[in-house]
Amino acid sequence: MSYNLKEEVQKSERFSGGHRMCAGCGAPVAVRSVLRALKPEDKAVVCSATSCLEVSTFLYPYTAWKDSFIHSAFENAAATISGVETAYNVLKKRGKIDENYKFIAFGGDGGTYDIGFQSLSGAMERGHDMVYVCYDNEAYMNTGIQRSSSTPHFSDTTTSPAGKVIPGKKQVKKDLTKVIAAHNVPYVAQTTFIGNFKDISEKAHKAIYTPGPAFLNIMAPCPRGWRYPSEDLMEITKAAVETCVWPLFEVIDGKWILNYTPKKKLPVEEYLKKQGRFSHMFKKGNEWMIEAYQAEIDRKWEDLLFNCSRG
Amino acid sequence: MGIRERLSGNEAIAIAFKQINPDVMGAFPITPSTEIPQYFSQYVANGEVDTEFIAVESEHSAMSTCIGASAAGARAVTATSSAGLALMWELLSVAASARLPITLACVNRALTGPININCDHSDSMGARDTGWIQLYSENNQEAYDNMLQAMRIGENSKVMLPVMVCQDGFITSHAIENIELLETEKVKDFVGEYRPENYLLKKENPVSVGAYATAAYYIEAKRAQAQAMINAKEVILEVAAEFEKVTGRKYGFFEEYMMEDAEEAIVVIGSTAGTAKEAVRIMREEGKKVGLIKIRVLRPFPMKELAAALSHVKSVAVMDKAESFSACGGPLFAEVRSALYDCKTRPLMINYIYGLGGRDVTVENIQYAFESLKEIKTSGEAGETYRYLGVRE
Repeated sequence: MSYNLKEEVQKSERFSGGHRMCAGCGAPVAVRSVLRALKPEDKAVVCSATSCLEVSTFLYPYTAWKDSFIHSAFENAAATISGVETAYNVLKKRGKIDENYKFIAFGGDGGTYDIGFQSLSGAMERGHDMVYVCYDNEAYMNTGIQRSSSTPHFSDTTTSPAGKVIPGKKQVKKDLTKVIAAHNVPYVAQTTFIGNFKDISEKAHKAIYTPGPAFLNIMAPCPRGWRYPSEDLMEITKAAVETCVWPLFEVIDGKWILNYTPKKKLPVEEYLKKQGRFSHMFKKGNEWMIEAYQAEIDRKWEDLLFNCSRG
Repeated sequence: MGIRERLSGNEAIAIAFKQINPDVMGAFPITPSTEIPQYFSQYVANGEVDTEFIAVESEHSAMSTCIGASAAGARAVTATSSAGLALMWELLSVAASARLPITLACVNRALTGPININCDHSDSMGARDTGWIQLYSENNQEAYDNMLQAMRIGENSKVMLPVMVCQDGFITSHAIENIELLETEKVKDFVGEYRPENYLLKKENPVSVGAYATAAYYIEAKRAQAQAMINAKEVILEVAAEFEKVTGRKYGFFEEYMMEDAEEAIVVIGSTAGTAKEAVRIMREEGKKVGLIKIRVLRPFPMKELAAALSHVKSVAVMDKAESFSACGGPLFAEVRSALYDCKTRPLMINYIYGLGGRDVTVENIQYAFESLKEIKTSGEAGETYRYLGVRE
């Protein structure tokens, strides 16, 4: 059945409004998009790492989660959901439950690229039937915009501030999607919010309904940390895709597939200039930063094209 | 009645788990508890149990999988030691506050620094305030018996707390001794099925677990948890009474050995009690009025009961197989001494730190401790209360 946004949004929400996430934040958009991909008749258990998402959606005595939900700690969402999934398998085997459940964990980039990396790697390797979704906003936003290994080169954060001698984050962004693909799990994809949400919806559906472990990396901008007006969320993600800063691709059973090629690959300035965290890169004398950034993006894009060309 | 066997403490725990056939075990190897998941994964491989075994990549994930599984409605177990328990630290509190009755077999081993694989109680003593019930075992029989009682205690609706069953690394975990096992059917009857009221996989009522609680709610959550620990005292005794009916073996908060007319006593935890009982027996033959209390339940702490058992004694040595670096004594000493504060008459009390990192404790060491107690009784002065036993100064 072909994708239809109007039909998709008719589905009843599994993640209620009224939570306390900021306007213009990508995380709840990512969550709603992923949960909409569940078949309405299927049940789910959702897990979240400690994060903005967790503390803003399950503030006792309120919960925004209509499915069963568990939060345990910052670095163990993947292990926690693998425990839930294992319990489901054994209780089903023992005839104690008969419904179909799906298992989805959410973590920010801090809980996924960094402190939760070991737990995620372990769960992917063990082969649980689960989806791990990283809503990647490229810094520790919950504690106040500190750098993570996902923070891009030159980004100004509170622990990689752009100063007189150090120009923001000194290191380049970790390529976690590639790292998880190297776990040889059946489904890995990178996506964000584009157009009618077809890309993210279809990928979420595949991730949920592919047996075994799946990983979705979703660029989910943060208006506070990236410093853009809330209403510009979709402009930012669009620019990320059109500049090849955040390419849309999937790795299915080891096969790399490029999902979108920009008609005209835009220069990275088109993405960087929309965000305050990169504003120092546009000061006179800092042209080299933009050149370096462009070179990194070009290299990664060529690398991705190569992986996808091997079929 | 019962099955006579010869088993190590680790085998005894593994067999208890086999007989119970829990839903999920998540575990990671660490000396000296490694054998427990090792034996158990063989039972899984042979189809002797239908538990799902999760071979995780760390103890942190072991406890995380147990938390997920237990919250989902499953009976979850794990085993660990030393640094493994330390790595679980954060999640021990999470498990207790989420009121998940996970069972953990702790095979006591010294915490690293220097690295050491032998027994002391620094690992579980460090975890004593995380909200877990703690049961300690003198030998393999007690480790087995405590494990059979653990789930009945933790899963009781008035309690709903995780339980740690501790035994001494190598000393009992690896030493093979006679043991009497209960028949598997009787174990299953005694332990029963786990039937939680609310759980993630309850289709008619989805739940959210692990809330963010602000100052408006946090203290109430903690108060409820504290009440569960208070309630656990009664449940521990009820379960012990039922266990005695089935096995004839009697358990309480602690064991009193030759305490009726004792004038000097030592308070001890774990396998050292076996050595100390021999010292008491020898000294009793010599006409000395000595006795021993062996703590089985450290959490909840049997404060009133200990006070009643010790108040008539003239002098007491509390034996700590763990430091607390308070510069004035070990953790058990602080708690036992505090328990006696409300008594009208109180014994003079000293503390011995002993056996750290697996240092052997002999009958002579214990006799030395009793001789010190006699001197204290005679002089009426405790002198230095913070003492080490069997250390090169």
